[in-house]
Amino acid sequence: MTAIEVRGLRKAYRGREVVSGIDLDVARGEVFALLGPNGAGKTTTTEILEGHRRRDGGEVRVLGADPGTAGSDWRARIGIVLQDADDAADLTVGEMVKHVAGFYAGPRAPAEVLALVGLTDRKDSRIRTLSGGQRRRLDVALGIVGRPELLFLDEPTTGFDPEARRNFWDLIRALAGEGTTILLTTHYLEEAEALADRLAVLAGGEIVAQGTPAALGGRASAGAKVSWRVDGVLRTEQVPDPTPLIRELVEAKTDLSTLTVTRPTLEDTYLALIGAHR
Amino acid sequence: MSGAFAPAPGRAPLRTVVASQIRMELTLTARRGEAVVLAMGVPLLVLLGAGLTEATNVPGDDRLAFVVPGVLALTVMSTAFTGQAITTGYERSYGVLKRLGASPLTRPGLLFAKTTAVLGLIVLQLITLAAVGLAVGWRPHLGSILPALGVTVLATAAYSGLALLMASRLRPEATTGAATLIYVLMLAAGGIMFAAPDLGTFGWFLLPLAAHAEALRETLSYGGSVPTAIWLSLGTWAVVFVTAAARTFRWE
Ligand SMILES: Nc1ncnc2c1ncn2[C@@H]1O[C@H](COP(=O)(O)OP(=O)(O)OP(=O)(O)O)[C@@H](O)[C@H]1O
Ligand SMILES: [Mg+2]
Repeated sequence: MTAIEVRGLRKAYRGREVVSGIDLDVARGEVFALLGPNGAGKTTTTEILEGHRRRDGGEVRVLGADPGTAGSDWRARIGIVLQDADDAADLTVGEMVKHVAGFYAGPRAPAEVLALVGLTDRKDSRIRTLSGGQRRRLDVALGIVGRPELLFLDEPTTGFDPEARRNFWDLIRALAGEGTTILLTTHYLEEAEALADRLAVLAGGEIVAQGTPAALGGRASAGAKVSWRVDGVLRTEQVPDPTPLIRELVEAKTDLSTLTVTRPTLEDTYLALIGAHR
Repeated sequence: MSGAFAPAPGRAPLRTVVASQIRMELTLTARRGEAVVLAMGVPLLVLLGAGLTEATNVPGDDRLAFVVPGVLALTVMSTAFTGQAITTGYERSYGVLKRLGASPLTRPGLLFAKTTAVLGLIVLQLITLAAVGLAVGWRPHLGSILPALGVTVLATAAYSGLALLMASRLRPEATTGAATLIYVLMLAAGGIMFAAPDLGTFGWFLLPLAAHAEALRETLSYGGSVPTAIWLSLGTWAVVFVTAAARTFRWE
């Protein structure tokens, strides 16, 4: 079953095309990450799928419906964390979560949601007094309070401290583990690698690569870089498979206390893809 | 798949959703104390100042018969137009409309909740001010209350339309400035504290506040009927601005 199906999606602002015919398929229960440089069209694409923006062309089905015309029953099935939310400054954290929970038939308990994002002790604070990362955690809380089937997260962890980010990753894994479909955009490649089943790289309004984090852009077959030092002098070899080389070194009784084997990180692959596109 | 993290979506009954949003709108209004003071304080000052003292020249010998309906009309304008333009402008720029419009509340639900909250607030304010008027000696003709309510609904629709139009076209700071300026100009020239400049029928089309105030005077204070030109003026304002707002309103 597909949760999101996109064919030939196009969008232009004042005659300038920023999404130029992209195709996407996200299966139910999958965590899918959309990567790409600033201005690549990630938010534009995400907000078209959420029903926030109109598309200029192409076919879009989200949970079986066209987001441009879907009604309130469909809206109840999706959760949204926008990239730029600054609303409800005069309400308290607890009031806002409780209010949004009231839109749903069987919402998560507000106290439970606040605990999941680590905001329990800020429950009675006015939203305007939250720090940037706390405000972002509130956005996540509002996105999951309705127990959505499909969750859109547009750069959800901007401003999170390292501990909050790890907790957020655990939360996303728990949600995905029990069947929530998740579409995520992020600039943190380790986050995409930690969470995503599959990802797509968007650049200049087109998808330039798509695949699993391990295999993206030929990463799995890119080989490895083996380095070690002999009498303090660095030796480096690029090989498709490091096993024979290392066996050879061991048999020759080389000192391997400085041995490192590195594969291209997701970041290396990503930067190469973006560089090639320019 | 029935764990604590399993999806279980579903929306609450639409009535519950909208009722909850109306409550939220009223809570937020109450928290914006300065807006409530502007909405009630100025009309109250005008009522007591111009109604009970000889501070200004008003036509006729019954000061309250002239001043109280004008104050009621002023209150409708300040809540439906000035207050609404300012809050909607900021809400749009802060993303409130965007978030709620894409929630199960939906955009029509949000508009309905906002309109209901504004109407509720106006009704409360009008009852309060009319009660103060009665207490100091205003004697309205209740037999003419229906046409008075009719022009008030038209005026509210026109003001709301203009407010939403401005809020969706201008930056919030510009909206605040323009809405406040229009309020002050209307207060000065709208025939509330003293007679409006006599522009004849044309004045009613130019100054909806003057037209609304005059209609309330004719009905509530004098037991007469609403002049046709005023029905036409307020009806035109309402149709033009509600249509324009519905056509061009932007949620973000
Ligand atoms: N409402 C808008 N009006 C005009 N142009 C827009 C609008 N929204 C986005 N754009 C333009 O469209 C392009 C894509 O923007 P978008 O926000 O989708 O990028 P993004 O991939 O989300 O970037 P970021 O990583 O910075 O969030 C950019 O060039 C941007 O300037
Ligand atoms: Mg973006």
